[in-house]
Amino acid sequence: MKLSLKLTTLLAPVFAIIVAFGLSTIMLYLIGEDPIETFKIMYDYGKTGKSIVSILNRSVPLYISAVAVAVGFKMGLFNIGVESQYLMGALLSAALGAAVALPSFLHITLIIFVAVISSAFWAAIAGYLKVKKGVHEVISTIMLNYIGTGIIAYLLANIFFEKVELSTTAPQTDLLPETARIPSLNAFLGIEDLPNLHGFIIGAVFIGILYYWIVWKTSLGFDLRATGSSPLAAKFSGANPARLTILAMMISGAFAGFVGIAPLTGYFFKYTTDFPSGLGFAGITVALLGRNHPVGMALGAILLSFLERSAQILDLKDVPKEIEKIMQAVIVLTVVVAYEVVKRYVTNRQIKEASKVVADD
Amino acid sequence: MTLAIDLSNISKSFPGVKANDEINLKIQEGTIHAIVGENGAGKSTLMKILYGMLKQDSGSIKIFDNEVNFSSPKDAISEGIGMVHQHFMLADNLSVLESIILGMDKASLKVLNKSKYKDEINEITEKYSMPLNTQSMIDELGVGEKQRVEIIKVLFRGAKILILDEPTAVLVPQEVSELFNNLKNLKDSGVTIIFISHKLDEVLEIADEISVMRGGKHIDTVDASTVSKTDLAEMMIGQNLPTPPKREKNSKQDKSLTIKNLTAEIDNGRKAFENINFSINQGEVVGIAGVEGNGQRELAESILGVYPIESGEIILGNTRINDLSTRDRRESGLSFIPEDRQSQGLLMDVSLSENVILGKQSSTKYKSRYSNIKFNEASKNSNTVIENFDVRTPGNSTLALALSGGNQQKFVVGREIENKPSLLIASQPTRGIDIGAQSLIWNKLRDARDDGLGVLLISADLDELIGLSDRIYVIYEGSFVKELDPENATPEILGSYMTGLKT
Repeated sequence: MKLSLKLTTLLAPVFAIIVAFGLSTIMLYLIGEDPIETFKIMYDYGKTGKSIVSILNRSVPLYISAVAVAVGFKMGLFNIGVESQYLMGALLSAALGAAVALPSFLHITLIIFVAVISSAFWAAIAGYLKVKKGVHEVISTIMLNYIGTGIIAYLLANIFFEKVELSTTAPQTDLLPETARIPSLNAFLGIEDLPNLHGFIIGAVFIGILYYWIVWKTSLGFDLRATGSSPLAAKFSGANPARLTILAMMISGAFAGFVGIAPLTGYFFKYTTDFPSGLGFAGITVALLGRNHPVGMALGAILLSFLERSAQILDLKDVPKEIEKIMQAVIVLTVVVAYEVVKRYVTNRQIKEASKVVADD
Repeated sequence: MTLAIDLSNISKSFPGVKANDEINLKIQEGTIHAIVGENGAGKSTLMKILYGMLKQDSGSIKIFDNEVNFSSPKDAISEGIGMVHQHFMLADNLSVLESIILGMDKASLKVLNKSKYKDEINEITEKYSMPLNTQSMIDELGVGEKQRVEIIKVLFRGAKILILDEPTAVLVPQEVSELFNNLKNLKDSGVTIIFISHKLDEVLEIADEISVMRGGKHIDTVDASTVSKTDLAEMMIGQNLPTPPKREKNSKQDKSLTIKNLTAEIDNGRKAFENINFSINQGEVVGIAGVEGNGQRELAESILGVYPIESGEIILGNTRINDLSTRDRRESGLSFIPEDRQSQGLLMDVSLSENVILGKQSSTKYKSRYSNIKFNEASKNSNTVIENFDVRTPGNSTLALALSGGNQQKFVVGREIENKPSLLIASQPTRGIDIGAQSLIWNKLRDARDDGLGVLLISADLDELIGLSDRIYVIYEGSFVKELDPENATPEILGSYMTGLKT
């Protein structure tokens, strides 16, 4: 039976996840745990209502971070700086959001606007350095992560945090007023007795659509993808590599600006030293897992969030929860391999079909 | 005398090209054997096969009468074959001694016995009178000395047969004569040398025998003492390909392109071209002949706006386009067929229906008011190109990389012509493709010319230039040295201007 090409492509991640589970089974077996029992515990815990809300809430910033990374990937740019980009945006918008009084809609819009602009600006520095000084974006974004973290720590402790004598509280910005908080969807969906499902999940859906539109539907997106596919052909077709590099970094950074919005306006309401970090790096994993596809990355973000959440139960059952990290990494590796295999298969099949046409004439 | 190398019926194909076609070559021991041919003639493919870097599709190799079967350069080295590449493979931070012994021993923690190696190297340098200070650092050496290190390195590994790939390309004249002295010494000591080049003067000076390659075929092997430079050039350029038939001139009065005093920006210490003046009327094909590397590629790219110019004017129709971006130049009616379809003309991992957009992604042809790409339009137009230019493909959703070279090229040419330009730059429009695709492209180019299109044709195929052009300029070292009427031009005449023989 010959499968259609589309179906073959879809089978790749399914196959990868099966292999990953297989490998995890072996690992669990080797450390003397019952694999079936472990998966069952994880699954049972992961499917509770509480867990599902938590998984969805986790997925939102993770997904947006993946989108930010993917914009760069589509053009062949490796933006490792999403981490400091979103934190920078989150801090500045938290500080400003707490300082103003506005009607709710305007207040939230302002917070998002500030976060997006400051993140995009921070990312643009790497684009500028690449175009003007030839600094590879991997180097510059890693360095900007260090610099950004330093600046954020300074701003937080010395500018946005009013020290009280003998205070023991960690540095933090003032709480956002009610008008700046995005409401949960629980009331709207009629969910009771569960934690809050954060409202910005709708924003994430829109971001996915926006990403898809920009990259796959617009002429700018065509230039980006063309440059990613063949920089020389893109240049000869009239794409301006310098302008595109800066623009792509800025768009990537702008998406990164949305990463902190859900935690900030949904449950933290302030920027503190415990504000969720590491999402920028996790986004790279999700972008790889979802192959930069808007739906693929959504599924990837949900899968990783599920693993993280369900692993929490393992400690209570005396199973080392590090197994979850290993599973994550194995899944990503197998997905990358599986896609490569499928890509080769598809290519070979196309070449065969094309040569048949020539032979038939 | 024994045969050092005996190649019989060597063939090697890459998708869309036959790089080596039934090559038979015999090389006597202790001689210098030159292999000449234009770029793409198949010289380097043949040498890569001989050195074990590529595997031939068919045919056999005998080294000193032993049939061999190489799967890597290591095998070739153990049979006594050594290669000096055009680009040196040396690390600046090593000494001469270290560079020569690099890779000889398996990596281990044992201390290297450098003094033993040093004596062995000195033996070799004395034997072949190629003085070399083994203590110097590579980055202190001049180009000629670095090359000597490469040669010694190969000899030190026991090479009896030395392949030199364009060894003079990087040398100044004094260094060349020094190299030639060294090569003669090597020859006198019994080393067999294969000398790859396209500089005919040098080949005639140094070689005993000369083999000419063209289009993947071995044309002939001649005695260097009896052959003339003109004969060699003729063999290199050849006349075997189908000649495009000529037609009446059809040129109109209106200018399609005017180039005034165009000079390239300095790059790597030189200007790719200087003070170029010419114009192309509508309905006229102007050809540029030149040995590759004489500035014709840069000239074409500067008109497109991807190669920087220092001064001069580029006028498309009546508009000066110097300051326009590549995109705006394309918008103003410029089309471009790049010399390398795979890296410059197509997105290989993308479907044909998207590839048709390339170059026009920002024009209203494919861009809606809201910046959306008109994919339906693209799908329709890609089918038009496929149909009109006989692109053999299962459909327009096929990826560009799945097509053969000829079909890829037909698609690129079709896309650029169907964009209805006012000027078409065609760089090597039929290079490396089958004869069927070639004649289709010739016909399409001529039809477009008859419809009033101005065409700038750059080609290494002189028959193509003579057959298609209404006028031909010869470019030599960045300057136009001659304007010729194709009626009176032959490949020999062109060849003599192209190689600087006549001025």
